[in-house]
Amino acid sequence: MRRFKMLTSALLVINAGLVAAQGADHHLGRSLAASCANCHGTNGASQGAVPSLAGAAKADLVAKMQEFKSGKRPGTIMPQLAKGYSDEQIETVAVWFAAQKP
Amino acid sequence: MSMQRREFLKALGAAGITTSALGGCAAMRGAGHAGQVVVIGGGYGGATAAKYIAMWSGGAVAVTLVEPNAAFVSCPMSNLVLGGSKQIADVTVSYDGLTKRGIKVLRDTATAVDADKRTVRLASGQTLSYDRLILSPGIDFLYNQVPALNNDGAQARVLHAWKAGPQTVALRQQLEAMHDGGVYAISIPRAPYRCPPGPYERACQVAWYFKRAKPKSKVLILDGNEDVTSKKGLFTKAWNEEYKGIVEYRPNHVLTDVDAPTLTAKFETAGDVKADVLNVIPPHRAGAIAAQAGVITANNRWCEVDFLSFESIKVKNIYVVGDSIQIAPAMPKSGHMANQHGKVAAAAVLASLAEQPVNPTPILNNTCYSFITDRDVVHVASVHHYDRDKKTLVTVAGSGGLSPAMNPLEGEYAWAWARNIWADALT
Repeated sequence: MRRFKMLTSALLVINAGLVAAQGADHHLGRSLAASCANCHGTNGASQGAVPSLAGAAKADLVAKMQEFKSGKRPGTIMPQLAKGYSDEQIETVAVWFAAQKP
Repeated sequence: MSMQRREFLKALGAAGITTSALGGCAAMRGAGHAGQVVVIGGGYGGATAAKYIAMWSGGAVAVTLVEPNAAFVSCPMSNLVLGGSKQIADVTVSYDGLTKRGIKVLRDTATAVDADKRTVRLASGQTLSYDRLILSPGIDFLYNQVPALNNDGAQARVLHAWKAGPQTVALRQQLEAMHDGGVYAISIPRAPYRCPPGPYERACQVAWYFKRAKPKSKVLILDGNEDVTSKKGLFTKAWNEEYKGIVEYRPNHVLTDVDAPTLTAKFETAGDVKADVLNVIPPHRAGAIAAQAGVITANNRWCEVDFLSFESIKVKNIYVVGDSIQIAPAMPKSGHMANQHGKVAAAAVLASLAEQPVNPTPILNNTCYSFITDRDVVHVASVHHYDRDKKTLVTVAGSGGLSPAMNPLEGEYAWAWARNIWADALT
């Protein structure tokens, strides 16, 4: 049992190391994207007037978010929400949505 | 095996937990599952948490949702039922979508939590075991602060309609039965309360109905707060322009009691007000099961949580989401926020079962649409992130804001929001 615990601890250390090496929780993209799902649908598949994000081109998502953030692109909610996300967060969430099935 | 299930089981493996070992492991309770999660309350917070745990674990974690109501009835959009432009069926969603996801939905009421044994007793007599418990009990009304309302007869006459459902329909019927020239009065409790802009939106919706059907009638807002608590400029403009001569706003009206037979409201410092339809939203606190579980820690009303996980600061393995929590600064008690709480809690519960660290940088946003007419809408939006020094969620500087004016485009977006968040929580 002790050996099992030691092994578990070792694995946990390795796992924590991997997490640290990646700079963040490896579910960060998933968690960030979930904060968009209320309006854009689960995993970015929207039901209505708000655009779907699943499968969108990463560069396009990043450009739009940056334009909302800078005020270049007009909108209702998005210029206000985009200002709450860092450049790294925008990059991470765009990668995640681009990888989803449209 | 789904990708998400495989990923979650891999995470368990990395933590030295194998599913084959689970059978003999007393700590893990779901037979054949990598853990058992019980969710109490199927509103915006609980339904979302249940769905995301099932989805993100690919079904590897067994999820049971305990909810007394047969269907989900949304508080957001329900003021349109009072205005008469929508029916209660338009804001009602089945729980079947969660059942199809493999979640066990029990139509039952949780009556007791034993945090040491990690069990939940239900009104039906059944007992559920859990590895992690998520409480999303919503609110209970503090009728002791409105003593004459503390009985069924008075509560059937002076409605709150602050939990959407039969009360919403009954209040609409009272408004329909009222004579032209009558007064509808709404009493708002002191903040914090569920849905800060909700009472003001309701005043607009009732005024929208009166303007068309009963133009001699009045809407009287009796606010327990010193001023309008949300979207002040936008609502004030609506009352002075769209609903001029119909809506009257009175601040500093802290309700002390009512006289139900005469539909009279009594206040700390202001004179009595008699109405033809009296709508009282009593002060509230976290739902009763939170008190029983011992997770109410703030002012004998709300549940304090660790905002990295939404785990109770007091009782381990119990997570609290939705309107029953002690909110972070500038964080409203809203359905949208509850949905966001549910996702942070879902991720934290899965991380905890896999003995992984929680996300150290959670980010939550809020979007809230209010209908001024049947189609013109105003919004408020905000973004909240975790402040490591303050150990709470704070608004991100420079983010958030309001609509410049009411507009029909946001009326379309409001319905898109509703359809998406209902699907996000319930399918």
